[in-house]
Amino acid sequence: MPKQPIVERIKNFNEVALGFEPDQAIMEASRCLQCQDPQCRRGCPVGINITSFCGYVREGNFDKAISVIRESNSLPAICGRVCPQESQCEAYCAMGQTGSPLAIGALERFLADYELKKGITMPSIAPITGKKVAVIGSGPAGLTVAGDLAKLGHIVSIFEALHTPGGVLAYGIPEFRLPKSIVAAEVDYVKRLGAKLETNMVIGKIFTIDELVEMGYQAIFLGTGAGSPYFLSISGENLNGVYSANEFLTRCNLMKSYLFPEYDTPLIVGKEVVVIGGGNVTMDSARTALRLGVEKVHVVYRRSEQEMPARREEVLNAKDEGILFNFLTYPLRLIGNSRGWVEKVECGMMELCEPDETGRRRPVPIPNHSFTIDAQTVIIAIGQGPNPLLSKVTKDLETDRDGRFIADEWGRTSKRGIWSGGDVATGWADATVINAMGTGKRAASSIHQFLTTGQW
Amino acid sequence: MYQIVAEIELAPNIKQFRINAPLIAKKCMPGQFIVLRTNEKGERIPLTVFEKDPGEGTITIIFQEVGKTTKELGRLRTGEAIQDVVGPLGTPSEIRNYGQVVAIAGGTAAAVAYPEIKALKLVGNKLITILGARSKDLLILEEEMRKYSDELYITTDDGSKGHHGFVTDVLKKLVADGKKIDMVLAIGPAIMMKVASEITRPFNIRTIVSVNPIMLDATGMCGVCRVRVNNEMKLGCVDGPEFDGHLVDFDQLMARQNMYTEKEKESLHAYEAKMKK
Repeated sequence: MPKQPIVERIKNFNEVALGFEPDQAIMEASRCLQCQDPQCRRGCPVGINITSFCGYVREGNFDKAISVIRESNSLPAICGRVCPQESQCEAYCAMGQTGSPLAIGALERFLADYELKKGITMPSIAPITGKKVAVIGSGPAGLTVAGDLAKLGHIVSIFEALHTPGGVLAYGIPEFRLPKSIVAAEVDYVKRLGAKLETNMVIGKIFTIDELVEMGYQAIFLGTGAGSPYFLSISGENLNGVYSANEFLTRCNLMKSYLFPEYDTPLIVGKEVVVIGGGNVTMDSARTALRLGVEKVHVVYRRSEQEMPARREEVLNAKDEGILFNFLTYPLRLIGNSRGWVEKVECGMMELCEPDETGRRRPVPIPNHSFTIDAQTVIIAIGQGPNPLLSKVTKDLETDRDGRFIADEWGRTSKRGIWSGGDVATGWADATVINAMGTGKRAASSIHQFLTTGQW
Repeated sequence: MYQIVAEIELAPNIKQFRINAPLIAKKCMPGQFIVLRTNEKGERIPLTVFEKDPGEGTITIIFQEVGKTTKELGRLRTGEAIQDVVGPLGTPSEIRNYGQVVAIAGGTAAAVAYPEIKALKLVGNKLITILGARSKDLLILEEEMRKYSDELYITTDDGSKGHHGFVTDVLKKLVADGKKIDMVLAIGPAIMMKVASEITRPFNIRTIVSVNPIMLDATGMCGVCRVRVNNEMKLGCVDGPEFDGHLVDFDQLMARQNMYTEKEKESLHAYEAKMKK
């Protein structure tokens, strides 16, 4: 797929990947083997009929192609951009065994963008059932549930704590990977399906779950995500200039700090930045910092490149853009100056030993081996857990050790009438947008069954 | 959008807005706050709910115009609207009968202390209130405080009214005089809360402070408001804003409060230049 040239893109927040032109899309779709027993579809958490839409693209029938995608996926412009296709649909593509797999994500994105440009055709919506559903959180899981249930004629209200909907799509994933206009358009689509969206509503504070039940919501879906950042618990962590990735990205993406002082929210980045972690959030933070005019951005990751959970494509983009990688390295402490600002990161080295329970080789510190990296800004991107706000006030909802709501394969929690999905629910080690949507899809079908049959 | 239904200027650059926000008015408890954003390009700032009127569906905030956002907010008039108001946020204060309470409030933080002072009085506490400001004309809420206090002391930094000095001077004297004190509530600038906590520490008097770190989302998802309390990391927005003053690392709180001082000036200058045009 064509991309913005490196020298230009590191100076702006515009989208890096530019997307297919129609003839490129047709050419790419023509490579699809139209397998009799397509494996690609199994690799898609929401089960898009990939061979079918590729067949239509090959014929140049983009309208029909996007309608095939829309049957399974309410947010194709987002998924086509941020899904880790290399470990999902594209990993199962037969073409991949001998050469490069079909660029399924790029084709999905092409179709979604094509449709957004010409105006989305709304699907038929079932007659109003009169059943009320509350969806807590407007991230990918919540939007999927809301869209699916609104289509089925239920009265859906989405409650969002922030002032802008989209969850991680709005505050986490940067503009250069996922333009916010695309997120707004996809949210608008869900609203046009009939779902009502209320922002500035912190559920647990403004209403409890029990109050929502009293208000007549017959089903409630909790899709509140994993928005509570983990910190390192090392010395110097509270120095000025030390950010959680959530804070750093929220300032940039949601509050548009990169346009300060036109926008009011400030952000301070030094000449040298260290980002700690190895996931997509690490890559997003590092590449965002770079675009703020930073001289050097270092990534500090305790395992080797191979174990990085970040998308391969984004790691390569980061490398192309000049991000410096320190593998098998971990922070020992953050060192500050006399004014309380961070100045250096003292790092230790690791070596890899036998695999742990996640199957990745466990890093073990090498004793007496440390060095420092100069950094006036440190971004901690070592993961996040669920926000305990809701579980704290909902006593009869079971959670696991990490505070995730315990949910079965249909998203049903320990409390009748309450479902959960996405990053806040158990069972999803792979915290991706598409998996959140997958859990949302199953929860929506389970909720629909409950609302129509009363069966739990 | 959240409409302003009434405005009062309490003192130079200190304003009181009554805002239409029925759900928050119904739910808000003493010690809790809201976050607001004036417009699409605005930042999110935390402000305490001074009063609520669930019947009318309104909440009241008091703010001092100190920087860009509060100045811009202060230009809004009755009938105009604030883009976003979210709340109630934070953990409510622990309101119970402690016995004899000394409440000290400095500057505009009087508006933060007031709902708690009122609630403490209504559950039967004896209230000694020490209300301070830089000077007489910046003193707010004197009558309201008097209504809910058994004793009221006024202090001004410049001596233009009441005791010439700080609120903590009066606290120090009360403690030194051996006054029976079961709880101290100290709300104001971090340095004042630090000094108050140091005064009560040797006497082991329970001291509650309301921390005021920088906040962003204020729902626990970013950690900018992190405060070291008893050597543990706590979030001002969800675990607080009230903590045991003897356990708070005030020096760190103050260092972190100053993180954006330069940027704040830059933002204000840009705004003032724009307004002059």
